[in-house]
Amino acid sequence: MNVQVLIPTPLRRHTAGVDQIRCAASDLNELLAALESNFPDLKPHLRDESGRVRRFLNIYVNDEDIRFLGADAYRFQEGDEVMLVPSIAGGGR
Amino acid sequence: MQSRFELRCRDCGKDWGNQPRSACEDCFAPLEVFYDFDSFRGLTRQTIEQGPQNMWRYAELLPLPEGFKSDLPVGFTPLIPASRLASELGGGQIFLKNDAVCLPTLSFKDRVVAVALAQARHFGFEVVSCSSTGNLANAVAAQAARSGLKAYVFIPADLEPAKILGTQIYGAQIVPVAGNYDQVNRLCSQIADRHHWGFVNVNLRPYYAEGSKTVAFEIAEQLGWRLPDNVVVPMAGGSLITKMKKGFRELVELGLVPGKQVRFFGAQATGCSPISTAVKSGSEEIQPQKPRTIARSLAIGNPADGHYAAKGILASGGWAEDASDSEIVEGIELLASTEGIFTETAGGVTVGTAKKLYRQGRIPRNETTVLCITGNGLKTLDALAGEYQVSAAIQPRLADFEACLDELTFNVAGAIA
Repeated sequence: MNVQVLIPTPLRRHTAGVDQIRCAASDLNELLAALESNFPDLKPHLRDESGRVRRFLNIYVNDEDIRFLGADAYRFQEGDEVMLVPSIAGGGR
Repeated sequence: MQSRFELRCRDCGKDWGNQPRSACEDCFAPLEVFYDFDSFRGLTRQTIEQGPQNMWRYAELLPLPEGFKSDLPVGFTPLIPASRLASELGGGQIFLKNDAVCLPTLSFKDRVVAVALAQARHFGFEVVSCSSTGNLANAVAAQAARSGLKAYVFIPADLEPAKILGTQIYGAQIVPVAGNYDQVNRLCSQIADRHHWGFVNVNLRPYYAEGSKTVAFEIAEQLGWRLPDNVVVPMAGGSLITKMKKGFRELVELGLVPGKQVRFFGAQATGCSPISTAVKSGSEEIQPQKPRTIARSLAIGNPADGHYAAKGILASGGWAEDASDSEIVEGIELLASTEGIFTETAGGVTVGTAKKLYRQGRIPRNETTVLCITGNGLKTLDALAGEYQVSAAIQPRLADFEACLDELTFNVAGAIA
């Protein structure tokens, strides 16, 4: 499935300023792998040492928290829009 | 450390100096204010007691800009012994920390906003803002007006009318959002990325949150410079309970009170209980919820400090519980009828939860326990709609009153029977 991913400001220094990217992925795990392969510097910021999504990084699919959709078990639909939003970040300028 | 305090990541420990920033860019964990404790060595109980009768008596223990002075009397609310409530709950020594009368807007949020706006001015913001479940909106609007700052306040559109009006009156611009608090908050983090505004609970959050410590400082001082055995604290984002713990710890580290393990008990509404659910399953990991409760001021389904709140509660030997909507209303009524304090729904959550914790034997009955009452009942009158009826008006004649009294007495006796 093709998924549009929006990259938040604090992560853009690891994506050379790219603010959104289209990825092919069927679930969250594949999506994170796709992001990490496109932007290797991003990896340690998305997942912790044990490979889990970082506690303070929220992932939304079409405005819904992915944890309400089944989290890892959620299967992306064509055209889903995914937002990565640090839970309390914003405005660090 | 160049300043007396600076921001540091709670998880990875990276230093961030002093700037309007809420989270670590490396791991996204919240930033927290760390102090150079050597700079506090001159602080004594006496120097604090000689300070003003408000939260600024603890200014040295807060992250305030150099030379900051405020003439706004925020905090230092009463700590009231509550023996009649204690009898109802089954004994023990209960005190109420009554922030229903915190100035200027009748909730504990005045404390955090006072610190946040001091830094907002220092960082040169001309606009301040927040996402709010109501009390914060009131506090930001009022204090922004007094500071000559422009305020934009983002709220869930279904907020209580009194909290909306109580924000607009100060000239703040309300932006209602068709969604719950968590959606409002997410929007604000995006707006804060784009607009150079001082969001008190987003980019000013580390400074803002420190204001909550003053609740703990005051409790300790008002108990005669000692710590209570237990505190019961309402939880929305989980920041207050976390910062009260930090406040007690700082007083011990500075030698202002004898060391003691205070048990922290967290209170939530059953219809929005991500933190108490985690604690009750022995976990520090928060699963978000979709709020459905009359306690709208606590309706945060994805609490920013939930993880630290759960962790702190479990480490303290405390516990967490939650109160249903009917238990919340009973809690409001119980506090009003035993102690003469009218609290909002969040206070009903605290009292309802405390009742449960006593019944479960989680709070020992022979100890000193402080219940944190964080807001005022006049702001959430709609939660009590239909609870009370007013009888028909009588004529201004004594005979009518006597007849009415017979009827009232009969009704009361009938109700008791």
